[in-house]
Amino acid sequence: MSIVANKPEPLLYEMSNPGAVGYSLPDCDVPTTALPNHLLRDELPLPEVAEVDVVRHFTRLSQKNYCVDLGIYPLGSCTMKYNPKINEEAIRLFGMSQVHPMQTPETAQGALQLMYELQNYLGEISGLPGVTLQPAAGAQGELVGILVIRAYHLARGDSARNEVLIPDSAHGTNPATSAMAGYKVVQVKSDARGNMDLDDLRAKVSDKTAAIMFTNPNTLGLFEEHVRQVNQIIHDAGGLVYGDGANLNAIIGIARPGDLGFDVMHTNLHKTFSIPHGGGGPGSGPVMVRADLAQFLPCPLVAQENDAYVFVTPERSIGRIKSFWGNFLALVRAYAYIRSYGKEYLKEIAEVSVLNANYLLALIRETYDLQIPERLCKHEFVLNGTRFKKDFGVSTLDVAKRIIDYGYYPPTIYFPLIVPECLMIEPTETQSKASLDEFADALLKIAEEARTNPRLLHDAPHDTPVTRMDDVKAAREPILRYRPSAA
Amino acid sequence: MELMHTLRGLANQNAHAGAYAYFLGAGAYNHFVPATVPHLIFRTEFYTAYTPYQPEISQGTLQTIFEYQSMLCDLTGMDAANASHYDAATAAAEAAVMAINSVRNGNKIIVSPTLHPHYRATMRTYLEGQKIPIVGDENVSMSLDAVLDKHLDNQTAGVLVANPDFLGNVRDLKPIAERVHAAGALLIVSAYPIALGMYQPPSAYDADIVFGEGQALGNALGFGGPYLGIFACKEKYLRRMAGRLIGQTTDTQGRRGFVLTLQAREQHIRREKATSNICTNEALNALAACVYMATLGKQGLRQVAELCYHKAHYAAQEIAKLDGYRVATNEFFNEFVVECPRPVAEINHMLYEKGIIGGYDLSNDYPHFKNGMLLAVTEMNTREQIDTLVNALKVKS
Repeated sequence: MSIVANKPEPLLYEMSNPGAVGYSLPDCDVPTTALPNHLLRDELPLPEVAEVDVVRHFTRLSQKNYCVDLGIYPLGSCTMKYNPKINEEAIRLFGMSQVHPMQTPETAQGALQLMYELQNYLGEISGLPGVTLQPAAGAQGELVGILVIRAYHLARGDSARNEVLIPDSAHGTNPATSAMAGYKVVQVKSDARGNMDLDDLRAKVSDKTAAIMFTNPNTLGLFEEHVRQVNQIIHDAGGLVYGDGANLNAIIGIARPGDLGFDVMHTNLHKTFSIPHGGGGPGSGPVMVRADLAQFLPCPLVAQENDAYVFVTPERSIGRIKSFWGNFLALVRAYAYIRSYGKEYLKEIAEVSVLNANYLLALIRETYDLQIPERLCKHEFVLNGTRFKKDFGVSTLDVAKRIIDYGYYPPTIYFPLIVPECLMIEPTETQSKASLDEFADALLKIAEEARTNPRLLHDAPHDTPVTRMDDVKAAREPILRYRPSAA
Repeated sequence: MELMHTLRGLANQNAHAGAYAYFLGAGAYNHFVPATVPHLIFRTEFYTAYTPYQPEISQGTLQTIFEYQSMLCDLTGMDAANASHYDAATAAAEAAVMAINSVRNGNKIIVSPTLHPHYRATMRTYLEGQKIPIVGDENVSMSLDAVLDKHLDNQTAGVLVANPDFLGNVRDLKPIAERVHAAGALLIVSAYPIALGMYQPPSAYDADIVFGEGQALGNALGFGGPYLGIFACKEKYLRRMAGRLIGQTTDTQGRRGFVLTLQAREQHIRREKATSNICTNEALNALAACVYMATLGKQGLRQVAELCYHKAHYAAQEIAKLDGYRVATNEFFNEFVVECPRPVAEINHMLYEKGIIGGYDLSNDYPHFKNGMLLAVTEMNTREQIDTLVNALKVKS
């Protein structure tokens, strides 16, 4: 990090200078009307900052961030791939960015056409032809999917199903979603090869099972070897199969979840389809379903009628899931991304992401402990840091923090929860061999340091705008807004 | 090159605010976006980063969200704000859940019929699985006071009201707040952040939770998204609030810094016992709102609000002079209902051909306004545009 970035940056409030303005607005060009004095506020205590100081403030703050455009961002499960710049050009077109959601569909046919075609692309990619683009994020897609499943059972008069099965390796959103939809969560164990434990699954499935939710490849970066059996067991019991599409990147263009027996799934456009992550959102989480489940999808969908594109409400729709029509500008980026690959080349995304992960793994596997050593990984792999902890007194957190000193963003840590001292690495397909070599080299050096000079890791990171933060203090005495006394 | 050609072809089939005069609002507004906003939010360090899991190399995102939270508190008068929800509709649903979890014996939610139809619909979808009844909008022509007469009781967890409401009305909600609180329920207010540049904050009438559509704060119209749901509450409800929160703390050397905090509420820790399944926010949109508020500041936001107010009132006064038209909203900010002599769809088609995007057709959502058009005017509308609109309406009346 540069010297500029390491200099403390005041809060806007501390830069405030009475009378300073950062804008220029025209004078009022119409006759004025008396203001409703009884409803007005006395004061608006916002900061007052000149334009140049606003620009410098946020520019300096930006330099305190690591980002994909600086280097590898191997955050497992998050698919931090390069965000093509053409996508950003596309969303700046006035005919995309300056279109009002409530204008009549006749005046926004280009937008509806784009949505219609994207629905079709995602249906084809997943093998599940019913598609809604509405969900604003993967977690919201999950909620939509589970509510669709609920509506399906209720429509059949099957109202006794009140459980959702979820493997112990799942993302936390899966159980949280099921609870939001009113379901009880039943956990299924993983086996020694990183698959779902079929015996445990058979013991837990019943006529109360509404669905199973699982990620494939799973959060260990492994393809579920019994995927067809799992799906058969659930279907035999009358349940449906929900696929968490967080890891679609590993199989896109090669395997279609619909062909593997999944009934419903979401995909994260901010992972597989190159939407930038924006510092934590916005995302977009379209949901794809089996043809006969499309009648339950949230409203509206885009359909083609005569020569025009129109919004339609499915016959037994679960209703609306957000305002307007989904995160449209995210859809534009995903559309551009898919079009830039085309049908033939999409599978290269999966091939190269899996190859990159296995290459990186091969470079470090003699030094770090792979959780499931006997299997090839997909697009990501999971390391177990127990030995480092025991032998060197170095935790996975320490390793992660030391990675920062080498100029990289650390991988995902302590997830999935079933792996102790877990380190989860996903390089993505948008890394060159050279950058993987450099990153592996850093990991190997860190392992050596763990043995010879563990203090370096305990105190890491060293050369950053701030060092390790006091999280306990933050939670015990929450300061969630600027207050002059707390500065 | 070919791809941009295709995308331009699609974009060219959409009417947009760069070429048409817009008088359309209904939850999304064509406001001035200072050049600082796109230039700063599209710095690659902001938009290609992710959730600030590692605070040492994410202070940029963390401090900007802390500043966003701070300014939202000042704007709304609330004690705490989160890092944002997906949009106002999902924020409404989260507010309803929060009320249910906060109020003992609370097992139903009342919505004002003039809360945005999309928010009401979204709340119903969200709360469906949890079997929480939402009442109050069975008859959308009913007044809020009549709705409370009918439904408010000690089983009520929360009452959701918009101010300005969907039809543009602005009012002092103090009497409503007193009734709601007397019944032991929470008052949840949907606010329009630009209006708060001049109107009293919801804290002035003792609102418990404030949410709203944050798009107007520097975010592109973008055919409906991504936007951000603003969300703030009183201190005592803080730990029941869903969504991401940024807090201030110190590092090992005693320096100030910012972190994700109170994560014990969230799904990755609590799993099925979490306050919500939300695991992101709309960080880049919140950043846009942050840069917007920083650029306009104390004086600019007030000035934008007053420009909207004066221009909207000028437009309403001129339209009211036309034969066959009646302005049906009395106390309003920048949006009002006009009862027209003909169906709104016909009028809008005529306006479109003259380069104008007219107001929202109320006939589906509010059938008692059969020919009702909801018109919005912002600081972007020049007097010339307003006069052109008025003339266009006159010709065909």
